[in-house]
Amino acid sequence: MAVYDMKPTKSAPVNSKGAWHWVRENLFSSPLNILLTFLGVGLLYLIIPPFLQWAYFDATFIGSTREDCAVNGGACWVFINYKLDMFMYGFYPEGERWRLNLGLGLFVLLLLALRYLKSTLMKFAFFNLFLVAAAILTIGGTLGLEMVPTDRWGGLMLTIVVAATGIIVAFPIGVFLALGRASDLPIIRSICVTYIEFIRGVPLITILFMSSIILPLFFPEGITFDKLLRALIGIAMFEAAYIAENIRGGLQAIPKGQYEAADAIGLSYWQKMGLVILPQALKVAIPNLVGVSIALFQDTTLVLIIGLFDLLGMVRLSAADSYWLGFETEGYVFVTFIFWFFCYSMSRFSQRLEKRFNTNLQ
Amino acid sequence: MLAALRNEKVRGFLFQLLTVVGLVAFLWYIGVNTLHNIEQRGIQTGFGFLEGTAGFGIYESPISFTETDTHARVFLVGLLNTLIVGFTGILLATILGIFIGILRLSNNWLIRKIAAAYIDIFRNIPILLQIFFWYNVVLKSLPGPRHSLEFFDTFFLNNRGLLIPQFSWNSTTLTVLASFVVAAVAIFFLNRWANIRQEKTGEPFTVIWIGIATFILAPIVGFFIGGADFGFSYPELRGFNFSGGKSISPEFLALTFALTIYTATFIAEAVRSGIEAVGKGQKEAAISLSLSPYQTLKLVILPQAIRISIPPIINQYLNLVKNSSLAAAIGYPEIVTVFAGTSLNQVGQAIEIIAITMLVYLTISLSVSAILNWFNHKMKIKER
Amino acid sequence: MEENNIIEIKNLNKWYGDFHVLKEINLTVKKGEIIVVCGPSGSGKSTLIRCINRLEEFQEGSIVVDNIELTHDIKKIKAVREEVAMVFQHFNLFPHLSILDNLTLSPMWVKKMARKDAEALAMKYLTRVNIAEQAHKYPNQLSGGQQQRVAIARSLCKNPKIMLFDEPTSALDPEMVAEVLDVMIELAKEGRTMVCVTHEMGFAKKVADRIIFMDNGQIVEENIPDKFFKNPESDRLKLFLEQILSH
Repeated sequence: MAVYDMKPTKSAPVNSKGAWHWVRENLFSSPLNILLTFLGVGLLYLIIPPFLQWAYFDATFIGSTREDCAVNGGACWVFINYKLDMFMYGFYPEGERWRLNLGLGLFVLLLLALRYLKSTLMKFAFFNLFLVAAAILTIGGTLGLEMVPTDRWGGLMLTIVVAATGIIVAFPIGVFLALGRASDLPIIRSICVTYIEFIRGVPLITILFMSSIILPLFFPEGITFDKLLRALIGIAMFEAAYIAENIRGGLQAIPKGQYEAADAIGLSYWQKMGLVILPQALKVAIPNLVGVSIALFQDTTLVLIIGLFDLLGMVRLSAADSYWLGFETEGYVFVTFIFWFFCYSMSRFSQRLEKRFNTNLQ
Repeated sequence: MLAALRNEKVRGFLFQLLTVVGLVAFLWYIGVNTLHNIEQRGIQTGFGFLEGTAGFGIYESPISFTETDTHARVFLVGLLNTLIVGFTGILLATILGIFIGILRLSNNWLIRKIAAAYIDIFRNIPILLQIFFWYNVVLKSLPGPRHSLEFFDTFFLNNRGLLIPQFSWNSTTLTVLASFVVAAVAIFFLNRWANIRQEKTGEPFTVIWIGIATFILAPIVGFFIGGADFGFSYPELRGFNFSGGKSISPEFLALTFALTIYTATFIAEAVRSGIEAVGKGQKEAAISLSLSPYQTLKLVILPQAIRISIPPIINQYLNLVKNSSLAAAIGYPEIVTVFAGTSLNQVGQAIEIIAITMLVYLTISLSVSAILNWFNHKMKIKER
Repeated sequence: MEENNIIEIKNLNKWYGDFHVLKEINLTVKKGEIIVVCGPSGSGKSTLIRCINRLEEFQEGSIVVDNIELTHDIKKIKAVREEVAMVFQHFNLFPHLSILDNLTLSPMWVKKMARKDAEALAMKYLTRVNIAEQAHKYPNQLSGGQQQRVAIARSLCKNPKIMLFDEPTSALDPEMVAEVLDVMIELAKEGRTMVCVTHEMGFAKKVADRIIFMDNGQIVEENIPDKFFKNPESDRLKLFLEQILSH
């Protein structure tokens, strides 16, 4: 009955697009919204300017004594500056700190290697090389490096050691626990389930107490457990259970057909898991695993309760220094920024990983 | 024989056998060493210590406690304090979390961003750091008792804590409590009646406003019936400190604030993901059926959102209770601080004490898990 | 508005941001007419019918439904929605309610019917779409075709003057398309105004009064089914028919 001509594409009417329209739609679209916008602006006004005033405008950045801070009224970043070495390296001997810096440099190299190397085997090899190198550098005692006992480790360096070791050790244990929990063998399954549910039911602090007080009792008198080692064992045991649960989620996301196909082509259990199932399960579980890592990074602060001086512990110790009394707030703000930096970086990394792996699955 | 070894079932059996043997051997090894070490250090075994005298005081306890009380009573006080801080934290965190979660979904861009910023900020600060911040920075910098911040001359805030009037358990208090219960029951039955009536005649009956009014009026009526006097004991400044009234310690305040603010971020995210998980199509279908926005929320969106949000929210409650153990860092006398802390130092029987403490948390966790599983099971029936 | 017209769309223009998604749409639907809207993906056909019950807003032009003009006025929007019901591509049944409850929801809460009456009404329409025996099951227990028939019954409980169908069979497995189309063909015989966005040309041939072809946000050609398929006039329609009817 009718045929129509091609109609031209027009630009949208002026009042329905552009910055002014966006502001109207998103901030002032109704009386309630207008009120909310004003309340929101008011809230920001109450919080942000005073904080900036204290942290930046009135703050003292340069100096070396507390008198320098008394000049302006605001934050005394001199305190942080003065103690920065202790916050970063703990009690590590000054002359040996280059080893830690070297370790950091090697880590950057590792990141580049992981990014640009193609072969998984090479990546794995590099990773292990890095671990060995980092361990030697940090502990010392061989290759002409002086041994630095763990009671001199502290600050951010200790936080990273605890977090990294925790994740690296807990991960394989978690994988085995997850596989065990999904296993057909009843005894293996019960042991794994019991372990996982037990650990997840109790607070980390009780596990740390257990590993620092009770663990030494389990072994003959001759064997001494370094304080840090006890904490690491506790943390690894704890995080392994949570990692196991995340991997279990990944395993459940794998369709049964994958298991059946692997069986059909004659793979043994370990081949099936290692070559077909786990790689897929881990990809699915990655966002959650990074979440566990972020939580672990924050959990490292608990070691200060059992007498180790992680970053937070170090800051608290320094703030109790009789000369620098009263600057705890600066210390806590500093620690907060460090944690934000690490946690945000890990979140962003997780989002990038998700994007990369999303293209492979469905 | 070798053929048997290749048999799947045989291998499985052998593997398990080896594991069990290995485990038993390991436990044996540990057991022997432990007994030896304990003897060496002169530590007792068994649970007799529970009847021993504690020899230390606990300044904040819902029940009476003196130095001559037993360790068993220490355990009880610690447990009660854990439950009190857990309960308060859960209540406040839920309210704050739901509030922030709703703000997160607002169609006002600024409010949405502020809520998101709150969540991002407080989720990434370790809970222990937050506790220290409240305790060492905020509460310690409050003025001393003589210069307390006061509100209406009845509430006082200083570096020794928060002082509020303390009611006595007299007829007024009991009547007001009773009237809350009566109001709740009445509203429950009113709701039932309204539902039945609507099914029969189709006439809807809005219970909510009557419900709110009842909850406000009933206690007021009860107040007057009961004698109109709570028997308040007011905190009064006598010399250097206050007497009378109820004192809430800075440790409790710091712990509760930190736990509330931290846990609320996770609850807010759970609320948001619950509501967002209800697909856009559901709302469109409701619109197409001419349901009002209120009806859409009540009948379509919320029932589905709640089902999705409840398991993670309950998980967060568990986390809050577990995180309350960090009170050990600031000395709030909950179970880890006093029992696995002070009592353990006194008695030395680490294994028994830590085991009991873990058992408490395990019991709480497993009970909550059981409830969650029952909840999930009920939901599964409806959804294939 | 002319006596017989139930939908009048005049010079409708819609933009998503700066993207011109509906261009100068002019469409009139008479009472009882069955209109099929077809066209390639992205042509704006779903957007167009979603404007009719205000699931989408528009920036220029006017839509008048049964003498009510669709503006920003909430009362008018509500009045229009009372007369229009939509069946969605993904059914959108409420998963937490039984089939019966899915249907009685609107009569009970909007028309304030008593439960007994609402259930009777529901069973009547469930029987009409041949699915009465599933009344006490839950949506996830039904197949796609069954769910869509329930969705149609749910819309019918409103007794709407206009029924909109947004690609109702596109999400179904092939063997279930027929059962849904059969229901729609039955409905067409009853005299209700229907506007369907669909690729099912067999259905269009059988029941449509008019077929509208859209491409690139505008109406390119409209005609009665006979002429539409046998004598397509525009090149774009010829191309489209070639692609669609080639299998």
